[in-house]
Amino acid sequence: MSVRTAELLMALTMGAFSIYLMYKSAELPIGWIDGEGPGGGAWPFWLATIMLVSCVGILFNWFRRHGPIANSEKAYIESRVLMDIGAVALSLIVTVGLFSFIGIYGALPLFLIFYLRFLGKHSWRLTTTLAIGIPVLIFYFFEVTLKIILPKGITEPLFIPLYKIFF
Amino acid sequence: MLETLGLLANGFTIVFEPQNLALIIAGCALGLFIGAMPGLGSVNGVAILLPLTFLVPPTGAVIFLAAIYYGAMYGGAISSIMLGIPGASTAVATTFDGRPLAKLGMADKALTAAAVASFVGGSISVVLFTFFAPPLAHVALVFGSPETFALMMLAFATFIGLGGDDIFKTLFSICIGLVLSAVGFDIISGEPRLILWDITGFLHGVNFLVLAIGIYGIGEMIWTVEEHNLGGGKSMLSEATVTVKRTIANLRELLSSWRATVMGSFLGYFVGILPAAGATPGSLMAYGIAKQISKNPEEFGKGALEGVCAPEAANNAASTGSMLPMLTLGIPGSPTTAILLGGMVIWGLEPGPRLFIDHSEFVWGLIASLYAANLFAVIIMLIFIPVFIKILKTPFTILAPIIFILCLIGGYAPTQSMHDVWLMVVFGIVGYLMRKLDYPLAPAVLAIVLGPLAEPALRQSLLISDGEFSIFFTRIYAGPIMVTAIILLFLPVLKIGYDKFRHRPA
Amino acid sequence: MIKSRRSFTKLVCIIGASAILAGLPAIGQAWEPIKPVEFVVMAGKGGGADKAVRLLQNIIASENMAPVPFTPINKPGGSGAEALVHLNDKKGDNHTIMFTLNSFYTTPLRQPKLGIDITTFTPVARMAEDTFLLWVNTDRKDINNVADFVKAAKAKGNQWIMAGTGKNSEDNLLTDFLNKAYGLNMKYVPYKGGGKVAKELAGNNADSTVNNPSEQLGFYEAGVTKALAAFTPVRLPLFPDAPTFRELDKDFVYFMQRTVVGAPGMSPEAAHYYKDLFTEVFNSDKWQQYRTKKSLQGGLLTDHHLMEYWKIERDIHEVMLRNMGAIK
Repeated sequence: MSVRTAELLMALTMGAFSIYLMYKSAELPIGWIDGEGPGGGAWPFWLATIMLVSCVGILFNWFRRHGPIANSEKAYIESRVLMDIGAVALSLIVTVGLFSFIGIYGALPLFLIFYLRFLGKHSWRLTTTLAIGIPVLIFYFFEVTLKIILPKGITEPLFIPLYKIFF
Repeated sequence: MLETLGLLANGFTIVFEPQNLALIIAGCALGLFIGAMPGLGSVNGVAILLPLTFLVPPTGAVIFLAAIYYGAMYGGAISSIMLGIPGASTAVATTFDGRPLAKLGMADKALTAAAVASFVGGSISVVLFTFFAPPLAHVALVFGSPETFALMMLAFATFIGLGGDDIFKTLFSICIGLVLSAVGFDIISGEPRLILWDITGFLHGVNFLVLAIGIYGIGEMIWTVEEHNLGGGKSMLSEATVTVKRTIANLRELLSSWRATVMGSFLGYFVGILPAAGATPGSLMAYGIAKQISKNPEEFGKGALEGVCAPEAANNAASTGSMLPMLTLGIPGSPTTAILLGGMVIWGLEPGPRLFIDHSEFVWGLIASLYAANLFAVIIMLIFIPVFIKILKTPFTILAPIIFILCLIGGYAPTQSMHDVWLMVVFGIVGYLMRKLDYPLAPAVLAIVLGPLAEPALRQSLLISDGEFSIFFTRIYAGPIMVTAIILLFLPVLKIGYDKFRHRPA
Repeated sequence: MIKSRRSFTKLVCIIGASAILAGLPAIGQAWEPIKPVEFVVMAGKGGGADKAVRLLQNIIASENMAPVPFTPINKPGGSGAEALVHLNDKKGDNHTIMFTLNSFYTTPLRQPKLGIDITTFTPVARMAEDTFLLWVNTDRKDINNVADFVKAAKAKGNQWIMAGTGKNSEDNLLTDFLNKAYGLNMKYVPYKGGGKVAKELAGNNADSTVNNPSEQLGFYEAGVTKALAAFTPVRLPLFPDAPTFRELDKDFVYFMQRTVVGAPGMSPEAAHYYKDLFTEVFNSDKWQQYRTKKSLQGGLLTDHHLMEYWKIERDIHEVMLRNMGAIK
């Protein structure tokens, strides 16, 4: 996909999003209420309208091929980095998805192993050290020191003895 | 004056008790690390550590919390400069030039500048605090909604020109930030508003941190992955080394930014005093004005030292400033002071006009501890700069997953909601895709900070005035601020129009 | 019979499960939390409710009343809607409690879509009731009692500004009452949080407010604001000169509850534990001092007494909201 095509798709998507925001804002009054000033939906509604107008402006520039982005036929994301970025983004999404199931202390080591070993090509020794060390540090800093309790999912029972020790 | 000095001296004797001194040092160090975490700022630091303070008497407790507050304000600059992720809204402006400096291999210079400017800002403001508390408290008191809105307009006005070349994309960015800031709840009508796709997570609105960490944390990291092609063994920073000689040279170079630093200090302090404004608008305005008064405004955004000094001086000065309405009026000038206020209630102290009289030991102990915390924070930060630089030299493929993890936890910690973590990932990916198309994203981040301050102030004012806009011009403080804002807003527009007219080919 | 049999089975299950888990509590020992307790606050950081929660947390921690920390989490979204939904989703959870206000009644009434039935929540303990007074700035030398206030407010018509905490909030209900009772037409301007409201009055940006004592105390003690009357059944010890509206022949009493509530379907053992814990907290010196200082009223209420109180209060709020036109 070229940058020019991406520009068109982005402007169309954001335009559609602006329309959705306008529609949602209109659930509250968007007009002027006498003696009160603007209604509850007015601020987001009219700003979303400006968003839509901006998108139309971007599309207009796209059609008349104005500016470097609208003329660029280069690849939007080069294929040689597409794999890397895809892998990073996907691993993030999977990690966050796993938070609720196997908890942060299940998901983080997996993420670290994947990133360090398979993306970073680091040694197993370094990988395992960090995959164990970082979650331990996080537990100490966030849970023990700051008392911010992070999601555990099904690993919750494993932590009950730890709570007994640290609190 | 003499009486004040006497009271201050008493305060210092309290501060220099060994236990209190230890608390200050511990607080500064802890605050520095909390502030340096993306997502955790002074608000979280103070809120989280508040329960720890029952171990010591109230004066010791407030000294500890003030030290954390100060430490976190210094620490906020660390993640802004090193990673480009503002740990808190107060450090957004620091990323604009701090990050480019780090990319140019001058992270140590930026960090030194941030530390020194913070120190200057803190020192100037604490002196102002010591000698001019009561009259300034009065200004804070009469500052109402029309004044707040005028001030927000001024903050926006000083920021014109921050956007990119494409006017439509800049406008889009500002507006999407403002609309996202309206998500959640409309206090004026008391109705839920813009609950996107009826997801209950949107009831608490879109947190500034979620957008900032999403765009600057996750988005920026993906961007770096692309630039480095995963980087192999490369680090994010190639050249910087820290030597004593280099540090001295850095300090000397800083002298040239004194104007921006001093301006930032005064501006930050005065904006910080105003209730509800706090350190964020102060630091943003300081950045905007520093650019306007600079001899080399074109350097801004590309790594101008003044662009680091001004906001850093301002946010520290403002954090002192926001203590003033808290102590004298019982009104918090910032979210952090709101928590401190809660702490004072726990310790059995009643903030308000009588606090200075009834608990003068407490107040002056606190003020003296601000002097001390400021000094220790700058020393600790300067000592740690080589450590931070070393961290930056770690190969990117090791640093990147760690930063990603800190971002995810940083997104979760403030609200403890998975919804926010998901939203952050979405902002990160969409932000990356938009950035590739030259959408400027800084305006959106600023807008989401200023929006929730500006909109209610606008509507409260119009409610009071029966919908008459004249309320912004007829009041003694609002009028001049508003007029200045309008002049600043239209100056660049007129200038652009004039330039275009002149350069039109015949 | 069936009910008690079921709860007995449940008890056996719980004891069995926990014994298997780690052999932690010996059989017969009372229930105790085994992981940090989430203490949801139905309001934002730094507000009155938040301050109270942090004090409660502090009392529990400093007196070693519980084996685990209580961690406050603020969920102010949608007038408490977010907090209510969060708690409702934690059905059967023994480690989630919430500190609640009167939005506990009004928010489910105003937003029926949330599907919240407050009678399913587990009553723990009402720690206090906060009071409301009518305040004006001391610069108004002409206003010294409610009669003066009515005269001045009438003269200004809808230019008289009453500041409060959000539309349809407690402050709005009281403003509405004053407007109706005295034939006034005050303009209600909502601000974020009671502290901000108090400050607007002290700075003369508003003409009057109906703050809680804790919000105005600082200004009151400094002589910046004065209380004209109290929405309480009897005069408050802190404000002996402010008559009640009952004395002025307007029968209107209004309180703000400060109550701890547990997730719906909490086990009876856990509910019992929290009841005992907060009874202990209630009787602690620190809480009692705080109550005196902030002029808090309302004694400890637990169990079915608290549930009955909720039902009565909810019905009262339903009528008030209907009269205001906030619900149909």
